[in-house]
This record gives sequence, structure tokens and C-alpha cells, in this order.
Amino acid sequence: MSTPQELAHSQPPLLYPPYKSTIPRAPAEPMIQVPRSFADLAAPLFGHLPIGGTDNDLTRQHPGEPLGERIVVAGRIADEDGRAVPDTLVELWQCNAAGRYFHARDDHPAPLDPNFGGAGRTLTDANGIYRFVTIKPGAYPWRNHHNAWRPAHIHFSLFGTSFQSRLVTQMYFPNDPLFPYDPILQSVPDEAARQRLVSQFDLALTEPEWALGYRFDIVLRGRHSTPFEGRV
Amino acid sequence: MTRDAGRPVATPSQTVGPFFHFGLTANAALGTLAKDGVRGERIGLRIRVLDRDGPVPDAMVEIYHADAEGQYGQAHFDGFGRLPTDGDGTCVFETIRPGAVSTRADGAQAPHVNVCLFARGLLRHVYTRIYFSGDAALDEDPLIALVPPARRSTLLASQPSGEPAVWEFTIRLQGEGETVFFAL
Repeated sequence: MSTPQELAHSQPPLLYPPYKSTIPRAPAEPMIQVPRSFADLAAPLFGHLPIGGTDNDLTRQHPGEPLGERIVVAGRIADEDGRAVPDTLVELWQCNAAGRYFHARDDHPAPLDPNFGGAGRTLTDANGIYRFVTIKPGAYPWRNHHNAWRPAHIHFSLFGTSFQSRLVTQMYFPNDPLFPYDPILQSVPDEAARQRLVSQFDLALTEPEWALGYRFDIVLRGRHSTPFEGRV
Repeated sequence: MTRDAGRPVATPSQTVGPFFHFGLTANAALGTLAKDGVRGERIGLRIRVLDRDGPVPDAMVEIYHADAEGQYGQAHFDGFGRLPTDGDGTCVFETIRPGAVSTRADGAQAPHVNVCLFARGLLRHVYTRIYFSGDAALDEDPLIALVPPARRSTLLASQPSGEPAVWEFTIRLQGEGETVFFAL
């Protein structure tokens, strides 16, 4: 289990004024700490629902091929002990190569791609490995501040093994020049923690003549077997 | 330092953003927990999400609760639901009233619904719990006991007049009557 101090360092605060939407929405009252014995509720059985055949290949969900740079995104899901989390649901969603979401409220004047929806889901295998084929998403503007742009990113949602391990996050791409200007990424206080949100180019995942590979490993909270208190 | 060097640290959370619907809530069936064959008292659970300025029309609400006997993860009832809020900040789950959960070392917990809330502007999701007004077990609930008495009412769902099968719960993210949130 992470200590509160570790969490404060590696997780974003609720109130981060440079990201303006936090200002009216961040709870201000102190949170009530739940004793550990309450926090270990078994996870939802959601990961056992059937997954469709093309759910993990976002380039094959429509009659034609989507435009953009085809990529493989894969990685390992582990807990805070480093143990693999098998058979857990991984959901992702993203905008298309032009930076436009398949969403009614996205009015960014970039083209929609009739061959790209941008949503996928899969289960990790026995070793906690997941793999998607998709299109590299584009950067897009937003209205947080003047000339604000989101670095290219893919949204991830994971359940893990307990209520505590639930995680929604975003994966970024290496060396994006927009990182210093993005308050959502910069909301994570610790530089090393921010770097864990940046995928790594991986030649071993790259498929010749087909797609570049990016590795994005994820660590979920919880299931820490040995109490750390008392250890020095 | 009491920490093992090199031990994995949890990946940071990032906001769900405003555009999650096609990815996470396209399956409207996730609003119906009380499927055929589920035992228990059918209820509509109407949840409304407000921030400092009013309704939150782009939140995602996940609920997770025990079956009518207080058991989690049963074959007949997986207890998980997920819905987006509408323009009024509201979503309605069709579910059953959960039973008291008695498997905790801390003692019996009053019937409750776990809530995980995601939204644009929430860099991390927040947890709260819905309890049922008037339940005799509320006074004995070990988690409510940890909440300052003046704030406990923010955890109670109530029944609107004229809608006997409906329970209403308001999540106030910030401001007067801010809902109690829990850290896990």
C-alpha cells in the first residue's frame, strides 16, 4: 500500500488551478480515511464480460482503414508488489489522427474519420499483458487558457483486483513538445511519476512493414502483501 | 526510509475528461443492475452531481454494491453499474436495495452503495457511499462513525414524495453541504 505521502507525491491533487475545471469541482473538505479492512472489496466482475473480436484492434472496427499512423500499444499491468494482474479489463479511448473525438461535444474543426471510432477494450493475459492496435492520436486545442493544446494521448481505464485499484489515466508519447504547457500532465507533482505516463518506443513491439510499437506499463494500487510498517 | 528501493509506485491518475462517452458509457445496459432473476427489492437510484456552480453534465458515475443478502460478487448479481450524467447532472440506476454487509472485521455495515465518481475537472476519481435514510443499522455503521456528525447527512439517500420505489442522492463536489468523500 502506498503511504499518504507517496500518494500525494505521485498522484495529482484534486485542486490544481492551472487546470481550470478543478476550481469549481475539487472537493475542499478533508477526506475520511477508510480503514484498510474496508478497502479490500473484491473487484467488479466486469472483466469477465465477453470481448468482441476486433475490440483490441481499433483499425479493424469499420469497413475501411482509418487514416493516420498505425501503432501497437502494449504493456504489463502489475500491482504495487510487481505481480502481474491477469484477466483484468483494459478499456481505452482516444481522438483520431487529426485530433478529433468521435463525440458530439467535440467541435474542434478537424475532420472526423468514418473508419475510426476510437474505443477499444481487452483483457490482460495470464502474465498481465495487454495489446492494442490503433492509430496515433493527434494533438488538439482546448479552451483551458489562451493557445492551449493537449499533447497527444490515449485514455486508459482499468479495474484491477480491488475497489482501491480502480484507475483512469492517460498515456502520452515520448518527447512531445507540449508536455511543459499541459496542466493535466503537469498536475502530477513528481517528475518521475509524470514520466510513468509517457509510453516508450519499443522496437520489439514494432511490427516490420506494419506498425511502430509503444510500451505502456501500468502499476495499480493495492494487493500489497507485506505490511511495511516496522521494516527499516 | 522504510520503503523498499525500486518497489513499483502506482501509476498517476489523470482526468476522464469530457469525451469519455463513446469509450466507457456506450453500453446503456450498465445502468440496469436488477436484471431478470436478481432477488431483492427493486429500486431506482437517482444520483445527481453538482459542483460549486450547478449541475455537472459530464460526469461518469460507477456504483458497486452487495446483493440483498449483503454478499458481493454473486453469480446472480455482479453489483456493478456505470452511467454518464445527463444535462441536469443526473443518472438513474435500476437496481435492488442492498443488504447489510457483515463480513468485515470491523462489524456489520449498514446497507450501502459504493460510488466512484469521474468527471472533467477531477484529476482523480473520488469515492463516496450512499446509505439509506431511516435504516436502523445506520447508528451502528463503523464507517459513518468516522464521519463528523454534522456531515453524516450528506451520505443519506432519501425518497421523494410520490415515488415509493425511488431513492435520491445528491453528490455536492464543493460548497455548502459538500458530500463526504473517502480516501482508500
